[in-house]
Amino acid sequence: MNELVHLSGVTKAYGRQPALLDVNLDLQPGRIVGLLGPNGAGKTTLIKLLNGLLQPDAGVVEIDGTAPGVYTKSIVSYLPDRPYLAEWMKVGQVLDLFQDFYADFDRARAEAMCGSLHIAPTMRIKTMSKGTLEKMQLVLVMSRRAMLYLLDEPIAGVDPAARDYIMDTILSNYNPEGTVLISTHLIADVERVLDEAVFLQEGRVVLHDTVDNIREREGKSVDEVFRTMFRMV
Amino acid sequence: MEWKLTSGRPIWLQLKEELTQRIVTGDYPMGSRFPTVRELAAEAGVNPNTMQRALSELEKDGLVESNRTAGRLVTSDAQRVEEVRSQLAEQLMEAFCRGMEGLGYTPAQIQQKLKEENPHE
Repeated sequence: MNELVHLSGVTKAYGRQPALLDVNLDLQPGRIVGLLGPNGAGKTTLIKLLNGLLQPDAGVVEIDGTAPGVYTKSIVSYLPDRPYLAEWMKVGQVLDLFQDFYADFDRARAEAMCGSLHIAPTMRIKTMSKGTLEKMQLVLVMSRRAMLYLLDEPIAGVDPAARDYIMDTILSNYNPEGTVLISTHLIADVERVLDEAVFLQEGRVVLHDTVDNIREREGKSVDEVFRTMFRMV
Repeated sequence: MEWKLTSGRPIWLQLKEELTQRIVTGDYPMGSRFPTVRELAAEAGVNPNTMQRALSELEKDGLVESNRTAGRLVTSDAQRVEEVRSQLAEQLMEAFCRGMEGLGYTPAQIQQKLKEENPHE
C-alpha cells in the first residue's frame, strides 16, 4: 500500500557477473531492517540501487513512490561502506557541508554527538583513527531527520565496544517514522535491534520476515539460522 | 538492571518476562509510573517496536495500565500481581520437579531433598 521502499523484478549485473536477480522487496515506514548475507550476496549493490548510485538493468526501484533522484536524495541518508570524507577537511567544515546539502540536517544534534565522542570541531579527518572516523560518519548520517537511512556495513572493522556505541547511536537517533536499512554480516551484534531481516543469497532474497517470527519458527537466533543457511560445505 | 537475552526465543517474549519479573518483585512498585517504550528500549538495547509489543502484552495481562494523560502505570491491583507471581512460582516448581524426575528422583524423595535444603521450613 504505502511502502517506503518498493523493488520489483530488480536485476543488476556487472558485465556478465550477476549481482541481483529478480529481487522483490517492500519495506514499510518505521522499521529497522537488517540486510543480511555473506560477502558478494548483493547487499551493497541493493543499497546503491536505492540511493541512485547504480541503475537497475531491469525492474522497478521506488522510494516513497518515486524513482531514485533529486527528491529521494532529500529523504535518504546514506552511509557508504568506506570512508568518503575529504581528508584535508576539519570537522567544522564537514558539518558546514552537510548543513548546506541537507535541509533535514540537525547541526546541534551532530555537534552534541561529536562532543560526547570528544571530536573537536578543529580536528582534521586525516588525523582520525579508523574507529573515530566510522563513528564520525555515522554521526553525520544519523543527524539527518531522514525517511530512509541506508547504512552499509556500519559496524564492520570496529571493536565490539564501538559496535555497541554505533548501535545505540542508531537506536537513539533515528527518525521513528523513518526506516533504517542496515547491511551487515555481523548478525549477532545487530539482531536485538532489528524488526525484520532480509536474507540475500547470490543476488536473491531468500528470506524476509520479522526477527521474532524467525526465532519463533526456527527456535534459534537469526544469527544461528544465518550460519546454518550459509554454511560452507 | 541487566537484560539477559538468549538466542532461541522471541525477543519480545523475553522482554515481557523480564518486565513481569520486575513488577511482581516490586522493582517497579504498584501504581508507579512505568518507564516509556523509548527508555526501556534504550536500556535493553532493543528495537522500540519489539519493546512496544512486550508492553502491549503486559497490558493484556493486566499488569500495566495505559493512561491517556500520565502514560503507563504499573497496576494497583495487588490481587492480580499476586496471581501472576504465583503462576510464575508454579512454572518454576514444575520445571524443578521435571528436572529432578529426569535425575530419577521420586516425588517423595524430591520433598525429602527440599526439606534437607531448607531445614527450618
